[in-house]
Amino acid sequence: MGAFFAVARAVAGRQTYKYFTNPAFLAPALFPLFFFIAFAGGLTRVGDIPGFDYAAGYIAFQYVWALLQAVTMGGAFTGFSIASDFENGFARRLMLAAPNRYGIILGYTIASIVRAAMTGLLVTVLALVTGMPITGGFDFFGLVALALLANIAATLFGAGIAMMLRTGQAGPVIRTPIFLVLFLAPVFVPLSLLTGWIETVARLNPFTIILESSRGFLAGEPSNVAVAFAISFVLVVVMALWAAFGMRRAEEAGG
Amino acid sequence: MRGASFVTQVMSLARRSTVRTLRQPAVIVSALLFPMMFFSINSSGLNAATKIPGFPDVPYLDFAFAFPLVQAALFGAITAGSDLARDIETGFFDRLSLTPMRPAALLTGMLAGVVALGLIQGVVFLAFGLILGVNISSGFLGMLLLVLLTVLVALAFGGLGAILAIRTGSVEAVESAFPLFFVLIFMSSINLPRPLIEQDWFRFVATVNPISYLVEGIRSLVITGWDAQALLLCFGVGVSIMVLSIGGAAASMRTRVA
Repeated sequence: MGAFFAVARAVAGRQTYKYFTNPAFLAPALFPLFFFIAFAGGLTRVGDIPGFDYAAGYIAFQYVWALLQAVTMGGAFTGFSIASDFENGFARRLMLAAPNRYGIILGYTIASIVRAAMTGLLVTVLALVTGMPITGGFDFFGLVALALLANIAATLFGAGIAMMLRTGQAGPVIRTPIFLVLFLAPVFVPLSLLTGWIETVARLNPFTIILESSRGFLAGEPSNVAVAFAISFVLVVVMALWAAFGMRRAEEAGG
Repeated sequence: MRGASFVTQVMSLARRSTVRTLRQPAVIVSALLFPMMFFSINSSGLNAATKIPGFPDVPYLDFAFAFPLVQAALFGAITAGSDLARDIETGFFDRLSLTPMRPAALLTGMLAGVVALGLIQGVVFLAFGLILGVNISSGFLGMLLLVLLTVLVALAFGGLGAILAIRTGSVEAVESAFPLFFVLIFMSSINLPRPLIEQDWFRFVATVNPISYLVEGIRSLVITGWDAQALLLCFGVGVSIMVLSIGGAAASMRTRVA
């Protein structure tokens, strides 16, 4: 077990160092920030639609989606880093040297949490500057916890893909499903105002409950808390198994 | 190629550019799939916006139809710019400059590839929109004009992609401009009519953003019919960007070859 954590610490340290020493380290935050500005700035009138009953207002409504997007895309970018490490040969050397290879997955996940914390903080600061209220008080930490679990699940998903493909071409394979899951949820209006096929898909999308529960935390009206956390934990467990499967495939392929 | 006329040179490079684009399934799929996906999701997700007082009396599906056409142009620009940058990175451009091939032929050939991709996208999106139930108020002639406008916008963006490619000579630099183009599209009147944008600063940005006028011209053909003012503004802005961007690309090309 000591070797497991030693490997995790080493990988997390390297990844975090790499992240902060890269001049473009905030680049992954650009898209969530931009979507937040575009949607919260350009669509404020959507909050006036009859039946739009989110108490904290439209900026807060969009902030939660942007935050979850920032943290999940942070996980995706960690997947890109893993794929790049395989492409340039670093991961092969790492796997030869690591006494416990599953520690590598934990290391990347810890680094991803650091990355997500930075991008999440950036989105939050921007939202507060633009006048977002935090009416839920300490309930806000429920939102943070759900965001953390979403980041871990996305990271493990990306890690699994990256270790299976071991090439930079894993990028779109990681990014596209995450993007789809994010957009096939109630992005612009609450679920109750969606109609047609998007309503059906959004109701089936497990991310919808996480998103709506997160919005509830921010507004001080938590809803579906147990279900949202249960879904998040299940996702983390399933994705951890997926990442472990990816690691086995990488081992079989000789790194 | 020695002694070949300018037109022959352009034709050769246009064929190469088009074939290269068509041989990259990932490029074709992203250029077609992503705009259609965003269009489907946005038009369904924002359908409730039609209840905002003052919103045009049309389904949001019709209102949003300009989105895939403009986004398609963006993908075309990035694709064309990346291909040109790759030619520079791999040394093809340098080898070509040792031949009697005129630099302008390379640029024109690349832009012909943009036109081909823009045409495919315009026709596919139009068919997709009609299948989904988009009603084109301006009729069949309007549909033809929609495709023409898509090609015009693709050329305008294509020129910008070419400038980036020639100046940087880096595929990565061209592709990193993608978010910037995306910002330009979303910071326009793409999601709501400008008078309905509540935030003053956003309405100001949308008003000074030339993309708004491209969007509004294309949209007018779908939801209004024949709106001379919107169409003139759209053509004016589109042609201006195209002239400036292609002119800039040609100047950059001359500097690079010199």
